Amino acid sequence: MSEYNLIDAIERYIRGEMTPAERVQFEQLRKTNADIDQQVVEHTYFMKELHHFAGRKKLKSLLNEVHWQLSDQGQIHEMHSTGKAKFIYLWKRYRRVAAIAAVFAGLTTLGVISLISALSPNPQQKIQLLKREFDEIRKEQKSQKAEVKNLREQLNASSKNIHYKSGGTGFLLDEKGFIITNAHIIRKSKNVIVSNYKGEEFSAKIIFKDEQKDLAILKVDDKAFTPPQKIPYGFSRLESELAEPVFTLGYPRNEIVYTEGYLSALTGFNNDSLTCQLGISANRGNSGGPVFNRDGEIIGILSNKETEAEGVVFAIRSKYIFHLLDEFKKENPKFSLKISEKSVLKGASRQFQVKKIQPFVFLVKGD
Amino acid sequence: MKQSFDEKALLEGLLNHNPKAVEIIYKESFHSIQSLIINNNGSSDDAKDIFQEAIIVLYEKLRSGNLNLNCQIKTFLYSVSRRLWLKRLQVQNRQYTTGDSLEPVIQVDDELELQKQRDADFELMEKAFQSLGEPCKSLLEAFYIHQLNMQMIAKKFGYTNAESAKNQKYKCLVRLKKIFFENYKNGNRDE
Repeated sequence: MSEYNLIDAIERYIRGEMTPAERVQFEQLRKTNADIDQQVVEHTYFMKELHHFAGRKKLKSLLNEVHWQLSDQGQIHEMHSTGKAKFIYLWKRYRRVAAIAAVFAGLTTLGVISLISALSPNPQQKIQLLKREFDEIRKEQKSQKAEVKNLREQLNASSKNIHYKSGGTGFLLDEKGFIITNAHIIRKSKNVIVSNYKGEEFSAKIIFKDEQKDLAILKVDDKAFTPPQKIPYGFSRLESELAEPVFTLGYPRNEIVYTEGYLSALTGFNNDSLTCQLGISANRGNSGGPVFNRDGEIIGILSNKETEAEGVVFAIRSKYIFHLLDEFKKENPKFSLKISEKSVLKGASRQFQVKKIQPFVFLVKGD
Repeated sequence: MKQSFDEKALLEGLLNHNPKAVEIIYKESFHSIQSLIINNNGSSDDAKDIFQEAIIVLYEKLRSGNLNLNCQIKTFLYSVSRRLWLKRLQVQNRQYTTGDSLEPVIQVDDELELQKQRDADFELMEKAFQSLGEPCKSLLEAFYIHQLNMQMIAKKFGYTNAESAKNQKYKCLVRLKKIFFENYKNGNRDE
C-alpha cells in the first residue's frame, strides 16, 4: 500500500466512512502490522491537532470580522479615555497655576510693547510711502501676469486634459494624508490630483521623490479631504516567500480594480534586488499600487514601468518603503510620519479585506 | 424573524462558529471589558486582543467537552480578561490602577493553566505551518480552515482537476505531519 493510499484509508477509517467489510479487513491489517497500527495512532493524533488548530484559526478570523462589522455599525466603539483622562486630570490640577502664569505673561507683554512704542523713533510715514509705491508696482505686475496666464491657458486649454491622463495608483501611508506612489508617474508633474474610489478629487503636493527607488511621497493638501478612519493594513518588514499568494487594488481605468496573483521570483529584472517579480495581470495604471499578502500586509509596491511583456510585473519590496521613510525623515524632520507594521485584516475573508482597504487606495494623476 | 439564543445555545453557537452567536456574545460582553482595560492603562487595541483571547479560552473549554459554565458567559469572559490583563500589565511592569468594579468575578486560574498547554499545542501546529512553505501552506489552509472543496481548490490554485489537487493535498499533508512530529520530538514545545 502506498503512503497516500494508506493515509486515505486511515482517514476514511477515522471518519467511519469504510464499508463494514473494509473495516474488518483494515482492523485485521492493524493487528498484524505493528507499523501500520502505529501510523494509525499517529495520524489520528495529528488529525485531531490539525482540526483543533483549524477550528481556532477559523474562530479567530470570525472574531475579527464580527469586531469590524460591529464597529462599522457603531454597535461597539473605540474608547480613548486614558489619554483624555490624563489630560483632564492635569488640566484640573494645574488650572490655577496656568491662569496665574497667563496673567503675568500678558502683563509683561503689554509692558514691553508700550515701552517699545514710547522709545522708538517714528519712521513709519516714510515706510508707508515706500510701501504704497511698491504696492502699486505689484498690482501692475499682477495684472500683467494674469493676462499672460490667461493667454497661455487659452493656448493650452485643449491639451490640458490630456496632460492629466498620465496616472497611476497610490495609497495612504498614514491618516494625515501622506500618499506613496511611483516616482515615474509624476516625474514631470507640477500639479497632482488624487481621487478615491468614489471619484472624489483632491489636490496634492509632491513632497519627496527618490528616482532611484522609483518612489515618491505626496501630501494631500486639499481642505475638503477627510482621511477615512484608521488604516487597516500594515507594512511588512519580513522577506516574502516564493509562490506566496498576493493581491492588489489599483486604477488601470477610472474605477478601482482588484487582481490577484503570486510572487513568482524573489528578484526583479536582471536580478535586481530592489524589486521582486509577480505573476499578476496589471496595466500601466496599476503602477504605484500596494501589493498585499493574504494577511493584508503590504509586501511591495507595483512598478511595471520597465516591461512591456504581459503577465510579468515587478514590485518594489516593502523594505525599501522603510528605507524611503528614513531618508524622508532625515531631510524633513518637521514632518511626523509613522507607518503601522500591524495589519488588522489578518484572517479576514478576502471580500472583507478589500472592502476595508478600498478607501485608502487612490488614483494619482499628474500633469 | 429574529433569532433568539439562550446561554446554552450561545455556547453551542460559539463552538460551531455561528456568526450570529459570536455577534451576540460580542455585543453583550465587549463593553465592560473594554472599559476595564482602558481604565487600566490599555488601548482599544489591547481590549480587542484580550477580549478575543478570552473568547478563545471559552471556545477551548467548550471543545474539551466541558459545556457547563456555572456562570454567565459575560462573567466568565470578564473574569478571564481581567486575569489576562493583570498578567500582561505585570509583564510590562505597569500598574493596575483602579480597584475592582462592580462586575462579578469568578476564579479562572485553573482554566488558564489548561489554556497554557492548549496554546503550546496550537503554536506547535502554527510553527509547522510556517515552515511548510508555499503553495502547501495555502492549499492546506484552504481545505482545513476555509473548508473549500477540492473543485474550488483546483480552480483557485490552477490544478487541472480535483483529483490532482487532492493528490497534492495529500503530499502537503504528509510534509506537514513530518515537520509537526519532528518539532514535537525535538522538544520544541518548551522553546
